[in-house]
Amino acid sequence: MPGLWDFQAGFTRELWSRGGGSSTSALGDQPGFSVYRNTVMTGCVDALAANYPTVRQLIGVACFNDAATAFVQEFPPSSGVLADYGRGFANFLSSLAAVAELEYLPGVAMLDRFWTEAHIAADDKVLKATGLAGLTPEGLSQTCFVLHPAARWQTFETMPIYTLWQRHRDGLPLDAELDWRGESALVTRPASAVAWTAIPHVAAVFLSSCASGKRSDEAMEDAFATGGAEDGSWLPALIHAGAFARIEGRP
Amino acid sequence: MAGLTAGIGLKPEYYDDALRCRSFGMWFEVHAENYMIEGGPRRNWLEAVRREHPLSLHGVSLSLAGSEPVDPIALAGLARLVRELEPALVSEHLAWSRFDGSYFPDLFPFPRTAEALRQVCANVSRVQDAIGRPIAIENPSQYLVLEGHEFEEIEFLTHLARRTGCALLLDINNVFVSARNAGTSAERYVDTFPADHVVEVHLAGHRPDPTYGQRLLIDSHDAAVAPEVWSLFGRFVARAGPRPTLVERDAELPAFDVLMAERDQADRQLFLSQVKAA
Repeated sequence: MPGLWDFQAGFTRELWSRGGGSSTSALGDQPGFSVYRNTVMTGCVDALAANYPTVRQLIGVACFNDAATAFVQEFPPSSGVLADYGRGFANFLSSLAAVAELEYLPGVAMLDRFWTEAHIAADDKVLKATGLAGLTPEGLSQTCFVLHPAARWQTFETMPIYTLWQRHRDGLPLDAELDWRGESALVTRPASAVAWTAIPHVAAVFLSSCASGKRSDEAMEDAFATGGAEDGSWLPALIHAGAFARIEGRP
Repeated sequence: MAGLTAGIGLKPEYYDDALRCRSFGMWFEVHAENYMIEGGPRRNWLEAVRREHPLSLHGVSLSLAGSEPVDPIALAGLARLVRELEPALVSEHLAWSRFDGSYFPDLFPFPRTAEALRQVCANVSRVQDAIGRPIAIENPSQYLVLEGHEFEEIEFLTHLARRTGCALLLDINNVFVSARNAGTSAERYVDTFPADHVVEVHLAGHRPDPTYGQRLLIDSHDAAVAPEVWSLFGRFVARAGPRPTLVERDAELPAFDVLMAERDQADRQLFLSQVKAA
């Protein structure tokens, strides 16, 4: 009689043998074994479908299910918290031959992932413009902007991935012309719901510098060093969008 | 569990109805893993429902019947939920779902040996120590004929309850599905299940496998409770008296009122069993 560990090893090996007569044991030959195979794969693919709805909408259910099945076989969940499953899916898509010509797909997947992360991130206060009241520009430069736990941002250098993603998310017409240039985007949860907005590239640089713990004057220098020509209105816009939880180091 | 009669599984689609529901003795059960998240609207919804109704946390990923100790991250997640939500009931399954770093969203069987009993006892004790209270362990649905069992399922669960002080959750749909799949008697199972340890009952729907038909029933939770399962439920509560009873539905969700009608049917049977016992 094999021990429990050996039984589990045999069972899981059989689970991934993909059925269809390729069973390697009497266990896998039983009709009931297919119930486990189906339940596990359906559970994982459904979790990915829930977490990557825009990718699924873009490539269609059949193509999505194939990609998801391949991902599950290579990267099964490591946790029972399936709301958080699929962290590496964007990367995986970029290496998947079947969707290789869709260069924008990994970026779209990344924004879907941002939505999930923002949705389940820790609760925190949101910095309001009034939170800066009484600060001189000099005083402000000494502070650090602390990101909200739900804030996620990304710069897409060459493609309008945010617009593409947002049109699907917001149910907007998809046939409107796309201005084919790079974009930056912020996804966060300023109140009870996840929200998203396009931001200038310099704002994304500023957010990354703040996240690395730099003071606002240093983060501002990083932002302007990128040579962006935008005016300074993006900082109030970031605050309004709920990107920050608070400022620290107020003089 | 004083005050709890029949409840339903809480799905996000039902949050608003759940908040408004005023049925006497009503309670809700959630899969604990769906709320093992840092924060956000999902947690806030659950906390709002919890302020109105008793809650039951039903774990699906602790893998108590695995050869490895319970995953510490999953256990910490459950302990946090128990601390924050103070649920009326906490339960898990006699099954495993993790192996070698992977989690499988299902409840797998195992040969019920003396070694397995030691492992499950150790894991149940780890959970109870971490959350500071007993949990209830559910009888699983069985689809396979396994070699090497040293205990009948009821015998195994009884040993488990005696050794660890855990309670039991009797899932009557699982009893029916397993008995049909194995060609055994569901009535006998329900009649001999150790009622003294049972703190909760589950009712759910099942369906025949698309390929094998009635020879292989699947515990699909996507249909109304079957007449045979209602009848087994009546049989159990007539013998054991009322227990908090859950109508589970995880897929093909009907309107809230439709599920509540099933819940009310369970509620009536519980009331009748109480009247008869008195």
